[in-house]
Amino acid sequence: MSSTYEMLAQFAQSGGTVYCFLFFLAVLVYALWPANSARFNEAARMPLRED
Amino acid sequence: MQTVSQPKTLWSGEIGMIAVLAILALLCLFIAAKTIEPAYAFHMGLGVICAAIAIFAIFQRFNKRDAAFPPLEINGLPNYNFGPVKFATIMALFWGLAGMAVGVYIASELAFPDLNLAPWFNFGRLRPLHTSAVIFAFGGNVLLATSFYVVQRTCRARLAGDLAPWFVVLGYNFFILIAGTGYLLGITQSKEYAEPEWYADLWLTIVWVTYLLVFLATIFRRKEPHIFVANWFYLAFILTIAMLHLGNNSTVPISLFSSKSVIVWSGVQDAMFQWWYGHNAVGFFLTAGFLAIMYYFVPKRAERPIYSYRLSIIHFWALIFLYIWAGPHHLHYTALPDWTQTLGMTFSIMLWMPSWGGMINGLMTLSGAWDKLRTDPVLRMLVVSVAFYGMSTFEGPAMSIKTVNSLSHYTDWTVGHVHSGALGWVAFVSFGALYCLVPWLWNKRELYSLKLVNWHFWIATLGIVLYITSMWVSGILQGLMWRSYTPLGYLEYSFIETVAAMHPFYVIRALGGFLFLVAYCLMLYNVYMTITASEAAAPAAQPSLQPAE
Repeated sequence: MSSTYEMLAQFAQSGGTVYCFLFFLAVLVYALWPANSARFNEAARMPLRED
Repeated sequence: MQTVSQPKTLWSGEIGMIAVLAILALLCLFIAAKTIEPAYAFHMGLGVICAAIAIFAIFQRFNKRDAAFPPLEINGLPNYNFGPVKFATIMALFWGLAGMAVGVYIASELAFPDLNLAPWFNFGRLRPLHTSAVIFAFGGNVLLATSFYVVQRTCRARLAGDLAPWFVVLGYNFFILIAGTGYLLGITQSKEYAEPEWYADLWLTIVWVTYLLVFLATIFRRKEPHIFVANWFYLAFILTIAMLHLGNNSTVPISLFSSKSVIVWSGVQDAMFQWWYGHNAVGFFLTAGFLAIMYYFVPKRAERPIYSYRLSIIHFWALIFLYIWAGPHHLHYTALPDWTQTLGMTFSIMLWMPSWGGMINGLMTLSGAWDKLRTDPVLRMLVVSVAFYGMSTFEGPAMSIKTVNSLSHYTDWTVGHVHSGALGWVAFVSFGALYCLVPWLWNKRELYSLKLVNWHFWIATLGIVLYITSMWVSGILQGLMWRSYTPLGYLEYSFIETVAAMHPFYVIRALGGFLFLVAYCLMLYNVYMTITASEAAAPAAQPSLQPAE
């Protein structure tokens, strides 16, 4: 039983850190990718558009 | 209209709904007859009555409605469905009054214990009534109303489903009714912010999954290629609350004929599940959902685009990925493994980043429009709410640090912290959104009185300041008295001495809450007059008549 706990704790403490960090990098790349800039500027005005 | 009129028949959705409601009514009747718990029988009776009313309402609607489904578009413009939005708006206003009034009462009970009228109006029964009424009933209805409004407007699509959105708003308010009356009658599973028992939890699960489906289906039929950031926040809120609710309410009822249930988790796992739920109720219900409101209503009211849409994306992903781990800071110095406590503390501190990123994004959206703060009290309310968000999300991580927590935990400091977030952030951003929403929904040119909004703002702000400052003083006083030793190593103060020392601050807190409630009543009057007496929006000012882009 203790080995299961150790494995889970190990995963949460190291694997989780790496996973979250990589995910964060992916978000940064997506948000800052130059080609997305025009689309995001457009999206920032979405609440202001009326139909 | 001009087409050949088809014979009017019940749609399959209506037939299905009537069948489900009828079966539920019979089941409730059966349980009510068999159970020996009067309070549980009362709830089942409420189920029978409400199901019968709902079936009657479906037939009433059938008599009035057209044979064909309402069109998705009229003249190329989306045919928005604002009926459920209006209902949730009214319910939010109603529950807000109830929840805040109970809050003032229990604050007075703490200052003047003679007000505890056993058994129904004891602090122990009224306190969950207050928290559930303001968080889930007021806040929940604000979230239902704004999410159904924003998702339609930013997707340019009619709300998905015919009866489904009505099932969501009505079913949710039925859950509130069951939860609230249950607390007064003594039905509780004793989990903070998750007090309702198994049958109410099951009902909420059905309602919530329908909510998720309606929201998703509306996004799927969107005309805009991009999913606006507010909808991401709403979606995270809906999805995570579903997950939290199922995790923390994994209970087995002791019998179909009893309101009592037993949780499947044991010991520290149960505590961890509870605070994983409890903290993310703050993180996803009271933060993500209301950030969605900020990202739509602040730009709209300021008539400025979002300061940085890129920041909003980073804000979103960072916030949801960090919040989910912060729960263990509620269990410092307990049986929870030490590394888990440290993990909860670390993630709480990291939350400073997305919280302040989001706050800066909200505030800077006003760049170029700061002068509006002087003239528009609604915008001022929205902006001050964001400032309070920044303040309470600064305080929270500080309190999650173990050494700070050893002083603050179990004291009134926590209560003060919660209320700077709840009154300053959640309630103010809700008020701002409701002040915007009511004239839009009821097609009025503007609010009945901006002057009253101004009074609302200042009286409520004064109330918040009295509330949180008195709780800071009281909480730190309490914490220091608890840990104070005599030179001989004995505790210096008995518990009752600490209670007596806090009395003046309890009175000030009750006064602060009372001011907040009085200011809220001004809002109710203002909204009532806006709906009934305010000038209708001039057709020329109607943006819907401008040429399409």
